[in-house]
Amino acid sequence: MVREALADAGLSLGDVDAVFAATGGAFMHSMELAEYLGLQPSWTDTTQTGGSSFEVLVEHAVAAIALGHVDVAIVTYAATPKSSFKRGGPGFGQRRLPDLVTPGSEWEQPYGLRMPLGAYALAASRHQALFGTTPAQLAQIAVSTRAWAVRNPRARLQNPITIDDVLASPIEASPLHKLDCCLMTDGAGAVVLTSAERARDLRAAPVYVLGTGSCHTHSIISQMPDLTVTAGAVSGPRAYEMAGLGPADVDVAELYDSFTITVLLALEDLGFCPKGEGGAFVGDGRLGPGGALPTNTNGGGLAYTHPGMYGIFLLVEAVRQLRGEAGPRQVEGAEVAVAHGCGGVLSSTSTVVLGTEATR
Amino acid sequence: MSDDDRRRVEPPESVAGAPFWDASRASRLDLPWCARCGRPHWYPREVCPFCLCDELEWRPASGRGTVYALTVLPRAAQSVLADRVPYVVALVELDEGVRLMTNLVGDRALGAEVGDAVRVTWEPLSDGRHLPLFEVAEP
Repeated sequence: MVREALADAGLSLGDVDAVFAATGGAFMHSMELAEYLGLQPSWTDTTQTGGSSFEVLVEHAVAAIALGHVDVAIVTYAATPKSSFKRGGPGFGQRRLPDLVTPGSEWEQPYGLRMPLGAYALAASRHQALFGTTPAQLAQIAVSTRAWAVRNPRARLQNPITIDDVLASPIEASPLHKLDCCLMTDGAGAVVLTSAERARDLRAAPVYVLGTGSCHTHSIISQMPDLTVTAGAVSGPRAYEMAGLGPADVDVAELYDSFTITVLLALEDLGFCPKGEGGAFVGDGRLGPGGALPTNTNGGGLAYTHPGMYGIFLLVEAVRQLRGEAGPRQVEGAEVAVAHGCGGVLSSTSTVVLGTEATR
Repeated sequence: MSDDDRRRVEPPESVAGAPFWDASRASRLDLPWCARCGRPHWYPREVCPFCLCDELEWRPASGRGTVYALTVLPRAAQSVLADRVPYVVALVELDEGVRLMTNLVGDRALGAEVGDAVRVTWEPLSDGRHLPLFEVAEP
């Protein structure tokens, strides 16, 4: 992926002076990665905020480039949890139960909540109770996302589904059904960042980072301040403010879809609709092909890929859409895209607003 | 009770949580309160998360609260819980204002809803400590 991303940009390994990575497991993982690739970077960043890490890393790379510390940065992720699990390995997430004394092991683990799924189910139950959101409304998000996956030949799940299909799939943790949940796949992605000035001379048409914002509110779900409001209510407005844009300007939304409720909360927190109205907002297929807010246009974590963390793929798809390279799923005339990561158990969000040359 | 009788993945005991677990041996629900800012917090920490004061007082709680969020699990997250499915995991907001994770148990657990009043009940652990669970209170 690093090789492909550099080739796409028209750069070589020798141009890279910064490595941004957030892999699972390994201690000092950017050093392992750089060594493996034959790099000796003068700038490294291994911030780990779960699925939002890659949006956070872009934010950090942009700051480092703007300050002149970094010339060419790679942001990358690769993981093979599906293969690991098939071989009897630990996979990803709670299958590796910690032996440590942590707040999670002491105050949550004894109660047998499936993680991270169960945390999102708790949030969905709260949203339903407060705002009347229905399982069918959540299911609509999976249906619209799958309609995009039908147009992505690399998506793992490419058959169309209906709301009834979602509601007929087994409950995993109420109110969430199997088809409200993301995939477990292997996968990898990489993006290259450099200054606008340097990008001008490179092979590919650059996509510009117009705004970034990040926030995290808790680590374990019982500490989440309000289960219906994510850190996106902070990271979104910060990113919009930096970009000088708002939700009405967004042509394509790539919103981390670990679960359908994750998307619903992001739509509200990023201002696409008022708090509590996400269920009605998605109800008419607005997120799908031909809808007013094309969302998760590659089929998302729900149907395209989800190798433990999905944040890098939000960025890759946003870039493809803004470059007009998305083929059968291309959103015509896309000028502004949002890549919105969400990590942990609704713990951390990071929002990146991206645009074409015309938006600068 | 021996290790073989364990019916849960039993919680470790942190330094900050020790007073809670000590009280649990007598089935008493105690909460840490800050001596300076006067607020309770959860989970137990060595300092108050509102003002970072390290003077904490442990006080008995009412044991009453309301369901903040809940989920029913048709499959067990841990094999040791397999004979309990379906079971209910909830976040309960205590009357004192803190929110904790728990299981809802008892006849009315599976029909519980967000906002229901609940009260604490205790399940023995293998080492004499008790785990706080909640049951739906009579209307």
